[in-house]
Amino acid sequence: MPRPGFVLDVDRSTPPTLFWRGEGFSLEKLPPDRSRVIYAPEPLPAIDDIDGTIRHALDHPIDSDPLREQMFAGMKLTVAFDDVSLPLPKMRRPDIRQRVIEAVLDVAAEAGVDDVHLIAALALHRRMTEGELRHAVGNRVYDAFAPSGALYQHDAEDPDQLAFLGQTAQGEDVEINKRAAESDLLVYVNINMVAMDGGWKSTAVGLASYRSLRPHHNPTTMEASHSFMDQHRSELHHSTWRMGQVLVDAGVKVFQIESTINTDTFPAPFDFLLKREWEWSAKDRAMYLGTSKSLSKLPVSAARKIFHSIEAPHQMTSIQCGEVEAVHRQTTEHVYRQQLVEVQGQTDILTMGIPFICPYNVHSIMNPILVMCTGLGYFFNLYRNKPLVREGGVVIMTHPTLPDFNPVHHPSYIDFYEQVLADTTDPHEMSTTWEERYANDDWYRHLYRTSNAYHGVHPFYMWYWGAHGMKHCAKVIIVGGNAKAVRRLGFVPASTMSDAFEMASDVVGRSPTITHLKTPPLMIADVV
Amino acid sequence: MASVPSQYLRRAARAAGTLERTVARVTAPGRNVGFPLRAPTVPASVVVPAEPPTLGADYDTDWARTPIARAAREALTAGLMSVVVRRLTDPEVHGHDRLADLLKSRPDGDAEPPPVIFAPNHHSHLDTGLMVCSVPRPWRGRLVTAAAADYFFDKRWKATLSALALNVVPIDRESTGRKSADLIAGLIEQGWSLVIYPEGGRSPDGWGQGFKGGAAYLAARTGVPVVPVFIDGTDSIMGKGMSRPKPGRARVTFGHPIHPQPGESTRRFNDRIQRAVAQLADESTTDFWSAKRRAAAGATPALTGPAYAGWRRRWALTKRRQRGIASWRRPPERRWPDLG
Repeated sequence: MPRPGFVLDVDRSTPPTLFWRGEGFSLEKLPPDRSRVIYAPEPLPAIDDIDGTIRHALDHPIDSDPLREQMFAGMKLTVAFDDVSLPLPKMRRPDIRQRVIEAVLDVAAEAGVDDVHLIAALALHRRMTEGELRHAVGNRVYDAFAPSGALYQHDAEDPDQLAFLGQTAQGEDVEINKRAAESDLLVYVNINMVAMDGGWKSTAVGLASYRSLRPHHNPTTMEASHSFMDQHRSELHHSTWRMGQVLVDAGVKVFQIESTINTDTFPAPFDFLLKREWEWSAKDRAMYLGTSKSLSKLPVSAARKIFHSIEAPHQMTSIQCGEVEAVHRQTTEHVYRQQLVEVQGQTDILTMGIPFICPYNVHSIMNPILVMCTGLGYFFNLYRNKPLVREGGVVIMTHPTLPDFNPVHHPSYIDFYEQVLADTTDPHEMSTTWEERYANDDWYRHLYRTSNAYHGVHPFYMWYWGAHGMKHCAKVIIVGGNAKAVRRLGFVPASTMSDAFEMASDVVGRSPTITHLKTPPLMIADVV
Repeated sequence: MASVPSQYLRRAARAAGTLERTVARVTAPGRNVGFPLRAPTVPASVVVPAEPPTLGADYDTDWARTPIARAAREALTAGLMSVVVRRLTDPEVHGHDRLADLLKSRPDGDAEPPPVIFAPNHHSHLDTGLMVCSVPRPWRGRLVTAAAADYFFDKRWKATLSALALNVVPIDRESTGRKSADLIAGLIEQGWSLVIYPEGGRSPDGWGQGFKGGAAYLAARTGVPVVPVFIDGTDSIMGKGMSRPKPGRARVTFGHPIHPQPGESTRRFNDRIQRAVAQLADESTTDFWSAKRRAAAGATPALTGPAYAGWRRRWALTKRRQRGIASWRRPPERRWPDLG
């Protein structure tokens, strides 16, 4: 029986705590008697018969007819699936998407459906490489559909592939992939790694255009989402749910398949990263010393290569399908069952170690903008009810924050860093002054459509993602970060954790309470 | 004259100070290391669930009785252990003839000797090695020794080494462990003979201690005889509290096997064993006939020594040691004269 997550009150007997630092890690001693560490629940057991469970779910959907009853010969079927940003790190083969898509295609084949398209729902993310697509959908599916052009990636900049479906009551434009919108049935294959994923966000974001993303991917919406992990208090989710209603009204028939995975994030020999420090065996300690010392000697590119080659052993803990909102309610409960940790009260200082990966740098570089997004956009938002850190508190991250960019994946990020951040770090100001220019830049558009580049507007979205965190906190400190890059982000660099606490004291006083969010593995703090 | 020794003393003090500082400097990195070079401490608020114990009385010694381990042990016993025991104790062994009848009672064609329980007194860690090298040869190959679980099995390396070299099995001294008793009774029933120290531990002061009932209980439970054994001299060679062995002489005297009588309680049987060992002690430090007569008169000196404490008890011990083999001088190595 896996142990639930818990909050450790740090005392003098507490060993130093592991902090991620990008492609490395360190052990930091937190002040006793006023610090606490939040440990994630242990991974839930995986489903034994995954393929059998998938077939059972397809035959017994929630608030919907079984999939086979919705299939008929001559129909137009579209299967959309989540892109490379999920799950993290990439899971061992076979990927859940492969298992689910193969099960859906089995049903389609039995029903005599010929017109099947498979679409990677990547919105404004970069196009996946062939290897990444093969990893996600498996070789059998790829080889059957890609050569004929029936397996492809959503292009949010191709006007011929987009269908405008109307506006919400708030005037939000809804425009999604034309093939998906005009199909007799759209099957969306989703992986829910966090509570934010899934629901109408899958279709209304994953298959949308810039025009349809603007209404919710903006600083105002992001600042009003408390948090992304709590759909009832997230303005982002309210917006996408409204868009979902437009889809339903327009006659788009969606069969939603959502799956949850456990938090078994790192395979041996990196599994010590998931353990609580006082439970480290001699082997774990040797692994820590060996990996941290050798990683520090390696060139960063080699260390990145090692980490991005990790294939996580996480496995499916649930699958449910049918009507979008009903399915998502169950999915969210499953995610909470795995990730929720009850935490008493807020803290003055929230510390977090930023790992090597986030959804937007798979097989790539964690550039400074993504460091900000991971810290203030994702980790800060891993809460329900109240943020972990009090309003006016301090966030301390640990990451090298090198001003390194992947020019293929993140071309617009380079200019964003040099041009926009040099001008302003205020999300609202950059939204009005700079966003349009990047979003409609022909070169970025060309790279997005033909290369493997994120859309021109994507760095703005990453910045907006952290808007709530930036507004909420009085100071953000990055320990071990490149001083110039950290200052460019508008944050404060510190050499050591002790220095960071000293720097924070002018905001939170001499004896602040400190909480460390020890993630990954992922968790959601239920702050009461 | 007085200035010379003080000068030497000052030099010695300076040298000692330099040595102390050097040692402190060299060992400083080792003393200051913490987690992860050392095992982590556990936060006070965390209750660590106990893992099933694998040391102490729960250490599994089955592997030490596999053919490979037995072969390794026999080689060790015949080689290194035998040399060390001989060099340190120069042992004299008496009384093997008293066990001859046990061998005769074997069923025809049975090569293995019948299992017995050897019950010697206990003064030294050398006793076990001495016993292993001294028991009659037929019993040596199938001999286990009961050893304190809290001392010999508290660390894995110690437990492994003890089990391999001496074929010891853990016995719980602190509580009456059913597990230990079951294990040992099972081994006896499988034909293994046992060395068990009824005193429960080494003598703290050179005198013997009262016998605990373990040997008597096991004999009564399994029906095998107890062979009383008296070991003399090892307390002077490496008694409790001695950091280094001081080579000397030891004598091992085996007594007649004692069988539990029908209806005899464990306590009474235990008393008989203790009296038998005390008689052997008397025999060992005087002579067979004198000891026999004192035993017949009920005047055998107690193993546990005089009732009084303090210096008089220690004084009495020196008297006894003078009678024992420890006071004997090592015989000079005899050289043949060079006759040219």
